[in-house]
Amino acid sequence: MSNKAIKSKAQIRAEKLLPGNQDFTSITNDIAGVPEQKKTPIQWWLLFGFALSLLAIFAGSVGFLIWEGTGIWGINNPIFWGWAIINFVWWVGIGHAGTLISAILHLFRQNWRNAINRFAETMTLFAVICALVFPGIHVGRIWVAYWFLPLPNQMGMWPNMRSPLIWDFFAVFTYFTVSLLFWYTGLIPDLATLRDRAKGFKKKVYGFFALGWRGGNRQWQHYELAYLVLAGISTPLVLSVHSVVSSDFATSVIPGWHTTIFPPYFVAGAIYSGFGMVMTLSIIARKVYNLGHIITVEHLDKMAQIMLLTGCMVGYAYSMEFFVAWYSGNPYESFAFVNRALGPYWWGYWAMIFCNVVVPQFFWFEKYRRHIPFLFITSILVNIGMWFERFVIVVITLHRDFMPGAWAMYNPTIWDVSIYLGTFGLFFTGFLLFLRFLPMVSIAEAKLVLPESNPHHGHDHE
Amino acid sequence: MHDIPIIKKEKVKSSAKASTKQLNNTIKLDENKFEIVFNASSSVYDGRFANNGWLQEIPKPVTSLTWDNAALVSLKVAKKFNIKNGQMIEIKVDNNSIKLPAWITPGQNQKSISLELGYGRTFEGRLGNGVGFNVYPLRMSNNPSYSLNASISVLDETYPLASTQDHHGLEEDKYAAPGFDKLANNEVQSRIPELVKQSTLDYYKENPDWVQKKVEEHKPDKKRSWAEHSMYNPEPEYDYSKGPQWGMSIDLTSCTSCNACSIACQSENNIPVVGKQQVMNGREMHWIRIDNYFAGDPDNPEMSTQSVACVHCELAPCETVCPVAATTHSSDGVNQMTYNRCLGTRYCANNCPYKVRKFNFYNYTRDLPEVVQMAMNPDVSIRFRGVMEKCTYCYQRVSAARISAENENREMQDGDFQVACQQSCPADAIKFGDINDPNSAVSKAKRRNRDYALLAHLGTAPRTTYLAKIRNQNPKLSSGAHNGSHH
Repeated sequence: MSNKAIKSKAQIRAEKLLPGNQDFTSITNDIAGVPEQKKTPIQWWLLFGFALSLLAIFAGSVGFLIWEGTGIWGINNPIFWGWAIINFVWWVGIGHAGTLISAILHLFRQNWRNAINRFAETMTLFAVICALVFPGIHVGRIWVAYWFLPLPNQMGMWPNMRSPLIWDFFAVFTYFTVSLLFWYTGLIPDLATLRDRAKGFKKKVYGFFALGWRGGNRQWQHYELAYLVLAGISTPLVLSVHSVVSSDFATSVIPGWHTTIFPPYFVAGAIYSGFGMVMTLSIIARKVYNLGHIITVEHLDKMAQIMLLTGCMVGYAYSMEFFVAWYSGNPYESFAFVNRALGPYWWGYWAMIFCNVVVPQFFWFEKYRRHIPFLFITSILVNIGMWFERFVIVVITLHRDFMPGAWAMYNPTIWDVSIYLGTFGLFFTGFLLFLRFLPMVSIAEAKLVLPESNPHHGHDHE
Repeated sequence: MHDIPIIKKEKVKSSAKASTKQLNNTIKLDENKFEIVFNASSSVYDGRFANNGWLQEIPKPVTSLTWDNAALVSLKVAKKFNIKNGQMIEIKVDNNSIKLPAWITPGQNQKSISLELGYGRTFEGRLGNGVGFNVYPLRMSNNPSYSLNASISVLDETYPLASTQDHHGLEEDKYAAPGFDKLANNEVQSRIPELVKQSTLDYYKENPDWVQKKVEEHKPDKKRSWAEHSMYNPEPEYDYSKGPQWGMSIDLTSCTSCNACSIACQSENNIPVVGKQQVMNGREMHWIRIDNYFAGDPDNPEMSTQSVACVHCELAPCETVCPVAATTHSSDGVNQMTYNRCLGTRYCANNCPYKVRKFNFYNYTRDLPEVVQMAMNPDVSIRFRGVMEKCTYCYQRVSAARISAENENREMQDGDFQVACQQSCPADAIKFGDINDPNSAVSKAKRRNRDYALLAHLGTAPRTTYLAKIRNQNPKLSSGAHNGSHH
């Protein structure tokens, strides 16, 4: 029971993840201080104004879409799905990191997640909202989109449960619901902290949402159990959501879609892009709010390692697709893949390969994993690459399938672009409001890595 | 099995040489002078039908052009003058000249340019005004069919032409169409014998069962049918051995790609005309599409055509993927669309291997004048924006015939009715009827050894099948060097 031993384990870890002599008070002050700012920083207003204008573009474009019809997009026969579905899959993919970080890493007791989990969960929520917009608006008759729901009705009609779109709809909604509950449950102790520090109207609002949290021993016990159960429920969802999204493609007969590798490949890609987005956002936030001592280089390093892993997984999937296309001896399948790499949309394919396979290879080196400007650029490239992956899957596959007589090219219109950009408005408006009013790092969990939180603090048994 | 000849090989070279020689003896043209041939338009004739939207939008045989006429030039001329599809050229005959876009056409003679009459009208009406280019200025009363003294100059501008099919699939990059590349070209070449099965008459006589062998060639389990290899529900929902079961047979040997079936279908089924811009966007609505493929020498290609509409798969890939069950099967084996249930996810169309589903991207019927509304077929619903549509096997006619038969207290008989495409086919290439009736015309056609299902290996079990194309060309008319074999 020597102090030296304790320092060599818990404290050294804590110093890495939370450098600078910090204690419970300083952490609370640093994190809760951001939403408690009396004066909103000018940078926030600038960003918020920008986000709101994008949101206005979104609203206008969707309005025009509903008024005119899906003809305003570049989709045609045979490319019946275009940017809307690409964006849907892209946003859902981004929404994967949140639950992975929160649930799976929680179950594995990876405490380094505590600095970024709130961030990632919030990002997940808004990303999934952005994703859910697209299945709603991309249909031809938006006003009957509720027919996706199994609502009893006088027509005696029921959704076709054999359709992957229905599985998809349920999978994404389940994911959204569980993510929201998980996010909110994690937020309760922090809301109580904010309530205790606030005055007047704010105190009432935070108090309402804090659900009477007092931080008693029993409450913490229940809370920990509930959190664990939610983590357990969320964990399979991380794997299921994108697996189900991938079955939109994998259960079809179209060469290039009809592949069994899709579910694991989609999940790896989703985690890859999700971590890319968490990286982008946390690098901005730690810079703007001077939180370098809470979201440390150590955290970024760990995220880069996961991106390396998942990047290699998608790289493996890309090469395996080609191998199987060749090995199957199916000429339609072979052409679908050769056409991706060498056809008229070769640039889309190679942009994907560069961003998703080549770029993460730098993360084998610690130097690059800890180089923040490099990480920032890389994290954006990752998401560009993942967008192109969906472009490759949706557009390049559809533009040349079985019947050459029906082959065509695809040209997106300004409305494809504006709705995509518009979802960034939706995303950032939500995210900035979160940054302004809620603690962006989990106060309670950030403290867990402090040696004082260790139940064995001062009683090391070694 | 891989080298099925489509052209007779014997005595080809000598006779081809002779015919070329003969041609050169008859007509002597200067190096840079062309023969101009005036053709009545396949769509609008001499212009009298120019105000008819159906005819403006129907793809022309061979070129698949809509809403315009063009100067048809050979690939050699295009290469020599650096002409691309849609390139404006000026054609001059004596003191008269016209400007119009060029379209590179396989099989066009290299000393000849074809011009289509009936376009560029100025007092035609709502649709016909200003469509295409008037070629009459070059047509003189002393020589109304052709002119031998034409010269061309290439202008530095292009004109958008709306073709429903971009790709013609000639060997390598001999032929350049927009968005066309060598990779696709080679692929199309290798698919033509798969999709449009064809052989010479001699080969067919020697191997009468070659089509059947070809279809079975790659089947993993010979004891099971292709449908039993399908990943979709191998148990059909209904017992297809009972009652009338509808099916179609299209004889590719007879089909001339005239497009009459497509127009008949448009008229019967209230299919909207979408206009040139939408055709350019790839959104033409025709339920029957004529695919044109070219093989071999671009100057004298082998053309294969195939009319493709919904083939009514018994195990339809479109049906399983619809989230709201808007496309389902009927007990008589027809794949049906429920328009007012469709919400327009377009998933069915993506999963259709034949790409025969058409989507209403806009509300195409919103601005129909009342007179035109009155002209619609009252038996067929007008589709609203945002719903999918496709061939129904003219189910309104099936129903009408069934009701008549019931009223007359008898069973339906073969020949009680015809579907629109069948009725209008001048070559009688289309047979439709009850495939459970062994004596029906369609059953007889389907029993022929030339019968095959398109993309049979997918296990979709289509109700529309094709009869392979048997060519019996006069060797004197076919090209010299080309041996015509594909695999």
